[in-house]
Amino acid sequence: MRQDFDDLLTKGRAGDKRAVARLISTIEQGGEESRSLLTQLWPHTGQARIFGITGPPGAGKSTLTNALTKCWRASGLRVGIIAVDPTSPFTGGAILGDRVRMGDLTLDKGVFIRSMGTRGQLGGLSPASAGAVHVLDACGYDLILLETVGVGQSEVAVMETADLVLVLNVPGLGDDVQAIKAGILEIGDLFAVNKADRPGADRTANELRAMLELGEEEKRSLPVLLVSASQGTGIEELCAALDTQYQYLDESGELAKRRSLRLRSELLTLVREGIEQHLLQPLLDSPTFQQSLQQFQARKESPYLWAAEFVTQIKIGGSGCELHES
Amino acid sequence: MNGKTQWESELVAKALAKSPERRSSFETTSGIPVERLYTPEDYTGSYEDQLGYPGQYPFTRGIQPTMYRGRFWTMRQYAGFATAEESNKRYRYLLDQGQTGLSIAFDLPTQIGYDSDDPMAHGEVGKVGVAIDSLADMEILFQGIPLDKVSSSMTINAPAAVLLAFYIAAAEKQGVPASALKGTIQNDILKEYAARGTYIFPPAPSMRLITNIFEFCSQNVPKWNTISISGYHIREAGSTAAQEIAFTLADGIAYVEAALEAGMDVDDFAGRLSFFFNAHNNLLEEVAKYRAARRLWAKIMKERFHAKKDRSMMLRFHTQTGGSTLTAQQPDNNIVRVAIQTLAAVLGGTQSLHTNSRDEALALPTEDSVRIALRTQQIVAYESGVADTIDPLAGSYYVERMTDELQAAAEEYIAKIDEMGGAVKAVEQGYIQREIAESSYQYQRQVESGDQIVVGVNKFTIEEPPVKGLMHIDASVAENQIKKLQAMKAGRDNVLVRQRLDALRTAAEGDSNLMPLILDCARVYCTEGEICGELRKVFGEYRPMEVL
Amino acid sequence: MSEKKIRVLIAKPGLDGHDRGAKVVARALRDAGFEVIYTGLRQTPEQIVEAAVSEDVDAVGLSLLSGAHNYLFPRVIELLREQDANGILVFGGGVIPEEDIPGLKQAGVAEVFTPGTPTSETVDFLRAHCGGGE
Repeated sequence: MRQDFDDLLTKGRAGDKRAVARLISTIEQGGEESRSLLTQLWPHTGQARIFGITGPPGAGKSTLTNALTKCWRASGLRVGIIAVDPTSPFTGGAILGDRVRMGDLTLDKGVFIRSMGTRGQLGGLSPASAGAVHVLDACGYDLILLETVGVGQSEVAVMETADLVLVLNVPGLGDDVQAIKAGILEIGDLFAVNKADRPGADRTANELRAMLELGEEEKRSLPVLLVSASQGTGIEELCAALDTQYQYLDESGELAKRRSLRLRSELLTLVREGIEQHLLQPLLDSPTFQQSLQQFQARKESPYLWAAEFVTQIKIGGSGCELHES
Repeated sequence: MNGKTQWESELVAKALAKSPERRSSFETTSGIPVERLYTPEDYTGSYEDQLGYPGQYPFTRGIQPTMYRGRFWTMRQYAGFATAEESNKRYRYLLDQGQTGLSIAFDLPTQIGYDSDDPMAHGEVGKVGVAIDSLADMEILFQGIPLDKVSSSMTINAPAAVLLAFYIAAAEKQGVPASALKGTIQNDILKEYAARGTYIFPPAPSMRLITNIFEFCSQNVPKWNTISISGYHIREAGSTAAQEIAFTLADGIAYVEAALEAGMDVDDFAGRLSFFFNAHNNLLEEVAKYRAARRLWAKIMKERFHAKKDRSMMLRFHTQTGGSTLTAQQPDNNIVRVAIQTLAAVLGGTQSLHTNSRDEALALPTEDSVRIALRTQQIVAYESGVADTIDPLAGSYYVERMTDELQAAAEEYIAKIDEMGGAVKAVEQGYIQREIAESSYQYQRQVESGDQIVVGVNKFTIEEPPVKGLMHIDASVAENQIKKLQAMKAGRDNVLVRQRLDALRTAAEGDSNLMPLILDCARVYCTEGEICGELRKVFGEYRPMEVL
Repeated sequence: MSEKKIRVLIAKPGLDGHDRGAKVVARALRDAGFEVIYTGLRQTPEQIVEAAVSEDVDAVGLSLLSGAHNYLFPRVIELLREQDANGILVFGGGVIPEEDIPGLKQAGVAEVFTPGTPTSETVDFLRAHCGGGE
């Protein structure tokens, strides 16, 4: 198995999209193989810049991603794009449609695009998108763009993987700025109002600025730019602003702080997953647990005491399941 | 207790107790509930205000005072395939068979502004229509067909200005002045974004080209219908009847507004606007649809745009029977569907009609199939008697009620689109596409659950052998077309061509009317791909807002 | 969690803009729990294959109503082979005459769904041929 990954990694670094695609699929599959792959990747990561782009539906995120990517390609950077769309909680299916607006990039050897569903990532499981970022990073993509709709928790969680987050808005989506959830405003490092040719763009930008000032505790005001992704106006300026912002984060030590926090949270997630899998799952599966539940329900036992005993058992090295078995 | 209530509580209740109805509730394709029985109580509108007289506001009953008693609708079969030579033969055949107008189908490269030798055209040349690369092809297409006598309808949208220019130039070669030309260009870009997909440029420059055509034609080609605002493709993409009216008229509103903004007077162009609707199987809902559309458009033109001339308020329309209602299974059944749809269009007061051929769910129609389709119209016209009195279904409690309901449903959609800032915005935001996709998926699910029966598809099926003798477009068509194109390019004055193209590009960067410049290009045999290529340089290309 | 999710690319090759069928199939596949990558109109065979490879899909669905299937479908398969990605299943739909189907199948098209085919048939077909992992 290990051999396989070496080979794919070598090919991926040489720009073989099929190899990169296979590696990401391995991550998406999860489980032991995914872990072993990530372990192998690890020493090669930490090189890429990771930018997140988010905003309300219809803001033009894919069109902007397309335009920004062309800008970076012109300066010779290899760009990896991960476009995340929500998975239906009812069917588990998803329609991933971001490629529609990125047709120009498809045949560019220096651009890799992958569409991903959020799948069932609630409940603390680490998003596969984070793993996919590691793959692209290890395969030598200089810049990785994570794009997702800014609604819902799992989408915001995706943005936690980024070094820097660009929040995109657009005039005329009903209550303008209100369309951006407060939670997204907080994670933004940079703001852009797309479709600047439309009436109301300036107003939307001003409202954004006002709202940002309200919540502003930092020393430095966050930039709000006007762009038109479909007409290509303001794109170079936005590219430059992203650069500046990134440099600022880097020089101020903020970037290192974020990356360290990210590592911490990634690690915690892994540990949490492990605990769930190895300690909680056997408990849930054990017949005694079912019996205890009945006892609680009949008010014959206290769940509080039971839980405390469970944790104590784990502390002294048991699995917790032997509880009440004697 | 009134009569109907009494009837329901006694007779109906007794019958229901014995055996229930086929389903617990009935509704039209637009989701409008259908009652068991309609009586005078269900229709309370004022005759004079709501219905009136044919040829008079609000035109509910028809746009001409004599309708089909004067002259039948124009029987206009959409046709075109392979090369200009082949299509010319088919047109002459159709005219010999008693068809009264031509309707030109172009192949996809022509519809999207690519020459036949463009790599994007590979595999598509001559497939769904005729390949026209330049004036040279247009001359062949109408060889022996007098353009001052025959009216031509051209299904062309994004590059409508270019094909119209080819047509005008071809007429000049026949010695026919532009002022004598009669016909229609579809020229309806908004429904391309929303439903049909053959767009080239973004909305703003596309709307400019459209108003350029309005202006040019009002001065130079006065008998030309400068646009055919189309609900047909919206319906084909899966909309309901109510959505078909709503989205079509919302597009119409956007075109009128664009022309007004360009400084035109409403009565100078509104009379040349025409419409294009679908005809599906729900006969009475369809009849009500045409009547509702006519009444609603008249109201919009009068109240919103303050049109003065009657003609500006008249909704004149072409109809095509519903392609998506045709089944690949038991294709002869399609003849019956088309007959019902023909009745719907005629009872609804259409100005012209295309009837689909039975084999179109399988391939382009054969000559035999096209003849049956045309005969269907002729049978309805000459044998059925429905064309002998005007708007014969008026006064039917059900049809009048349905007309009101459809109008109300359409008005509700239009209000929503107005709120978004009009049809252009609604398309850019994907609203219209989303509504259509939703209806289309609903319908598909109804068919799959058996809620909606399609005869021969999900009920009354049989084992059947593959249909033989379908029409095939040979690969040699493309090769010949490309050879012809290259020979033409070698023989023309290429210095002049370059000059005219440069002039067009410069003009496109400004804001003058582009139509005269495109015509200048056409006259010296610039190709469609060259002309659209210059415009692409200035205007860019449209990227869809894909919605699922 | 580790149950393999079926990924399908739905593409419209060529120039025809009638995407009703493609969209209906995309939705039906989503509702059946698949991940559907939708690429929109006017895709060249090269773009379709590049996307299929990057997305590492199990299947590619091509929808076409213009009659250009005899050129475009085999071309997609040929390019997939060149990319060493012939494990990706290719199926088609649209206005495709019965008599063209044997030729398309011989070229490597796994199945052709003509108008009137219930979407459940497409779902079942893909489950049978792509389900259950590698």
